[in-house]
Amino acid sequence: MTVSRRQFLKSAVAGSTVVATACIATDADARGNMEMPEGALGLLFDSTLCVGCKACVTACKTANGKPLATPPELPYLDKTRTLSPDALNVIKIFKDGKATAKDRAEDGFAFMKHSCMHCVDPACVSACPVNAMKKQPDTGVVTYDKDACIGCRYCVFACPYDIPRFDYGSAAPEIHKCQLCDHLWKDGGFSACADVCPTGATLFGPVIKLKAEVARRKALKAGEATKFPRRHVEGQEFTKEQPMGEYIDHVYGEKEQGGAQMLMMSGVPFDKLGMPDLPEQSYASVSETIQHSLYQWLLGPAVALGGLMAVTYRTVRSEDENDED
Amino acid sequence: MSEHAPLGGKLVTPVTIFLAALAAIAGVFLLIRFVFGIGAVANINDGYTWGIWVVYDVVIGTGLACGGYAMAILVYILNKGQYHPLVRPALLASVFGYSLGGFAVIVDLGRWWNFWHILSPGYSHLDSVMVEVAICIALYIAVLWIELSPAFLERLGLKDAKRKLGRVLFVFIALGILLPSMHQSSLGSLLIIIGNQLDARWQTVLLPLLFLLSAISLGFSVVIFEATAASEGFRRPRETHILSGLSVALIAVLGLYLGIRFVDLAMRGELGSVFAADFLSVMFWIEISLFVLPIVLLLPSARRVNPRMLFISAVSMMLASALYRVDAFLVAYNPGDEFSYFPAIPEMFITVGMIAFEVLAYILLVRRFPILQGTHGQPRAAMSRPLPAE
Ligand code: SF4
Ligand code: SF4
Ligand code: SF4
Repeated sequence: MTVSRRQFLKSAVAGSTVVATACIATDADARGNMEMPEGALGLLFDSTLCVGCKACVTACKTANGKPLATPPELPYLDKTRTLSPDALNVIKIFKDGKATAKDRAEDGFAFMKHSCMHCVDPACVSACPVNAMKKQPDTGVVTYDKDACIGCRYCVFACPYDIPRFDYGSAAPEIHKCQLCDHLWKDGGFSACADVCPTGATLFGPVIKLKAEVARRKALKAGEATKFPRRHVEGQEFTKEQPMGEYIDHVYGEKEQGGAQMLMMSGVPFDKLGMPDLPEQSYASVSETIQHSLYQWLLGPAVALGGLMAVTYRTVRSEDENDED
Repeated sequence: MSEHAPLGGKLVTPVTIFLAALAAIAGVFLLIRFVFGIGAVANINDGYTWGIWVVYDVVIGTGLACGGYAMAILVYILNKGQYHPLVRPALLASVFGYSLGGFAVIVDLGRWWNFWHILSPGYSHLDSVMVEVAICIALYIAVLWIELSPAFLERLGLKDAKRKLGRVLFVFIALGILLPSMHQSSLGSLLIIIGNQLDARWQTVLLPLLFLLSAISLGFSVVIFEATAASEGFRRPRETHILSGLSVALIAVLGLYLGIRFVDLAMRGELGSVFAADFLSVMFWIEISLFVLPIVLLLPSARRVNPRMLFISAVSMMLASALYRVDAFLVAYNPGDEFSYFPAIPEMFITVGMIAFEVLAYILLVRRFPILQGTHGQPRAAMSRPLPAE
């Protein structure tokens, strides 16, 4: 028994070491975060400009063929606070204590947009087994194709921002998420939420331009008078001149998970607004690195199979000799 | 010596009728699920989108079905021929565990008619951990049926076919060791992408290794459990002498698992958090205690021949690995405060019904096909008693 025990322990430790080495992947194998495409399109949401009118919530529903919860002229009555197959975009309200001042963490309140971040290195895309979730190579928009989808909901499980929604009540369910209104582009349109926003709180455009606008806002001092671009960052529409709000020193979506194509500015820390605290290294890259090093181009498994076959062949053979009459 | 023989006996007994009834109830709920959608029978939601059908039927079920895998490692890789009598029954349990896991996947897939996409080069996304799990499980189900087919060929008297298959069987046996090693570890890898939605006490890049070890220990404990239960249930002679050797392997795997778990926690600086006064720490320590108990029970070699000790250890080990997997997929997973999940009654009935079907098929097959090792000279009547109700 002692011999077999030693033998067993040896093999067990050896096997584990192989897997462990693969798990703690070497830098050479690490795939690193994906890069944002040059022509990336996205949104900039500025919580200090948002007045909570929810025009974007209603516009999003109209643009995507979802039933409206309120008469279209009374969007602010919409009580939707969580995403659903019928709501790809919601405005959440943060309140603290007496909630007397806007954009203040203590005794204040603020509004927050919740919709797909169009991650640079999306977990939903890495997870999806059938390429139904795809990051478009030119615009970086993360799109969904129901004809490919098998309904496994790994995207729902994986998304760190809790975005994809699934029809549990349907025999032919689909995943629902913001696709940046890419269906409106062919008629010259763009994201409905940005299109209707009266204050410029939600702004559409190429991410490079949006980043320049973020830098411009960060360079201004709180209270300084300025005009904010409305609807499309490249359009020539601006708000009236108004005093700048006060921002915290954190632009959400710049670094999180290797970046996102929706950027967010706020006067209140983002964890208070319900956004998760995420590392810069994307979970997709961690997962794929481990998977790749475990199965480097299926070479590892092939070699392993050869070895296993040699060993089992030996055993089966000697067994046969005993078995055969 | 090691001749396999059908057990014989009646097929229609109170136990088999009860199992069939459970399976029939599940059938009705399944019909409702396919006509009205998953939400009509299950409580899963966009926070807890994977409920018991995934976590029990697939993640734990295929783990429990690793008996065939664990025995194959022992017999064919470590060349321990004396365990051979346990291989076939273990394979049969594996075949059902995996086939039903595969069926549960279809039940759980919202757009199940597209299932073939995952195996088709036109759609398949090779970076997705799930593709690897799906391909390996699908292949392994086929391999299991082939590995088991000598039992059927024997019964049907197809000696020639059996001999021909015997010549290439080593290929399938090797695959039968490789494939579970791949997908059982990948079941753990599935969780890496959820990042900090999984509590730091569970989230680690070593998840694949821990899942692999928990699969092997599940496999061994199931073999001990089944052999003990089968010798009780079918009044067969005990196989204690064989099983006690297995417990050595069990202790080794458990020790390795525990060592890795704690070293990993220490290296990530999370050792302190397992002493935090919260619910998850309690779950963590229940898990660890269940892993430690079999080691304590079986360390003195005298106890390893005690069938009761073996049985208790096997159960503890199974609970430990099952709880580890439930914790990792559901309990320690935090999708936000707005969500909660507890399986609905019909959802549970579907799972229970599938297990009932599995046990039923096992009983029917060992009674009619040469799966268990023959017991020479024992009167048939003594072996044909129905399973005791307790
Ligand atoms: S926010 Fe979620 S759904 Fe949107 S791209 Fe990122 S991972 Fe995908
Ligand atoms: S549910 Fe559909 S889109 Fe989401 S991961 Fe599964 S196959 Fe992909
Ligand atoms: S881009 Fe379109 S789909 Fe996305 S949140 Fe805005 S309106 Fe809704």
